Amino acid sequence: MFDNLSFNSNLCIVFEPQNILEMADIAEKVKSIIVEKLGVEASEVTPEASFTNDLGADSLDTVELIMEFEKEFNVSIPDDQAENIQTVGQAITYLEENAK
Amino acid sequence: MELKRVVVTGLGALTPIGNTVSEYWEGLSTGKSGCGPITKFDAEKFRTRFACEIKNFNVEDFIPRQEARKMDPFTQYAIVASDEAIKDAGFDMDAINKNKVGVIWGSGIGGLKTFEDEMIYFGKGDGTPKINPFFIPKMIADSSSGQISIRNGFRGPNYVTVSACSSANNAIIDAFNYIRTGRINICVTGGSEAPVTIASVGGFTAMRAMSERNDDPATASRPYDVNRDGFVVGEGAGALVLEEYEHAKARGAKIYAELIGGGFSSDAYHITAPHPEGYGALLSMLDALEDAQIKPEEVDYINTHGTSTPIGDPQELKAILDCFGEHAYKMSISSTKSMTGHLLGGAGAVEAVASILAIQHQFVPPTINCQDLDPAIDQNLDLTLNKGKARKIDVALSNGFGFGGHNATVIFRKV
Repeated sequence: MFDNLSFNSNLCIVFEPQNILEMADIAEKVKSIIVEKLGVEASEVTPEASFTNDLGADSLDTVELIMEFEKEFNVSIPDDQAENIQTVGQAITYLEENAK
Repeated sequence: MELKRVVVTGLGALTPIGNTVSEYWEGLSTGKSGCGPITKFDAEKFRTRFACEIKNFNVEDFIPRQEARKMDPFTQYAIVASDEAIKDAGFDMDAINKNKVGVIWGSGIGGLKTFEDEMIYFGKGDGTPKINPFFIPKMIADSSSGQISIRNGFRGPNYVTVSACSSANNAIIDAFNYIRTGRINICVTGGSEAPVTIASVGGFTAMRAMSERNDDPATASRPYDVNRDGFVVGEGAGALVLEEYEHAKARGAKIYAELIGGGFSSDAYHITAPHPEGYGALLSMLDALEDAQIKPEEVDYINTHGTSTPIGDPQELKAILDCFGEHAYKMSISSTKSMTGHLLGGAGAVEAVASILAIQHQFVPPTINCQDLDPAIDQNLDLTLNKGKARKIDVALSNGFGFGGHNATVIFRKV
């Protein structure tokens, strides 16, 4: 099946070099999104930190975070994958693997 | 069943002419206009390019950014005004029974800015609904009363009344009824609106309901003037803490006034035009007088709905003449919308606050901007044109009438 969305995002990444993100950039961007959306201190945003248990996110905050990651990194995160992104580290890992 | 007495023990105001109750009264008593060019969006292509916006307001002075961003402006305004009123009431928050404290708020529209922003974002996309998860809880009108209760832990009845420009009066009357029937001891009530948005200004101008006096915004809201050409939209909030009289007395609370009656009616006539004979307005005032168990002659001041529309202003005055007869000429009447603009669902709230302050200060705030009184209006009515005045005010009545033909009237009395 021809997947229009991923085709577009692939095209984007292949032909627009500015969208190729270094891994360090991904981690930094993820952290800044979390600081912005959850209103936490950057020092709290450690790889082990859980959005809900450590950073005070409720279920709506978590949905909003996933959407922000999708927007920022131009990816589509399916619900079954999103459920597995519970910590800062899991978000960074997922995006490093899928935002390229 | 013997009804309990209900008094006002706290006030809050965030208005185009003042961001606190004291600033608001300063503006009201000196006849200040809150009108100016629209800054909230680019209004260049709009028929009306001015409004009564609140000024020098930074929400983060009141609500942490992370909480504020999950609230539409109309809810932010509700929080700021209700905070002031609750603080003013001087509760010992640990001593009061929070299960018996209600929050009944009024808003005619709700989170319109939130709705617009989300739909504009959607419209710019490819049809994939990337709707923010906070969109619904920000947008719905009852998020205002919900947020006030969350902030303060008030667990009594909690909802928002929606009846266009009579919304806040309906909220006040509902709060009144819960307290006087003994269901709750205290209720935070009032109303807010944040309608300086593209859909609101665009929609009201499409109805030709708004003034288009773009060359002189400060005089655009001119109730009773022969050259009035529509209302001026305003934003903000008014808040009242209503409390059962014995409860207030027992804790030594400061009492501003007693809420003695609430009345309502429906025009049953037209979705936007008021009844040509002012029949609905008359019924609402008569109902409120009956509820208050006072004679028409006891009313000293009427804060009119008086929106500065060609049709609405005279019909309300006709209703006042029909309701009060000869006494209508002895009362003071004014439209404070001439200063604040029309706060729609918040109008009744800021006007109830104005009426209570009028009683407190024994001073009638003016109807500003009336240069040539409309000859179709009875010239012997005291419309407090252009300058406020001191006078005895024991009883003040405030009207609110809304699109849909909703009418609601509240009456306050000096204690």
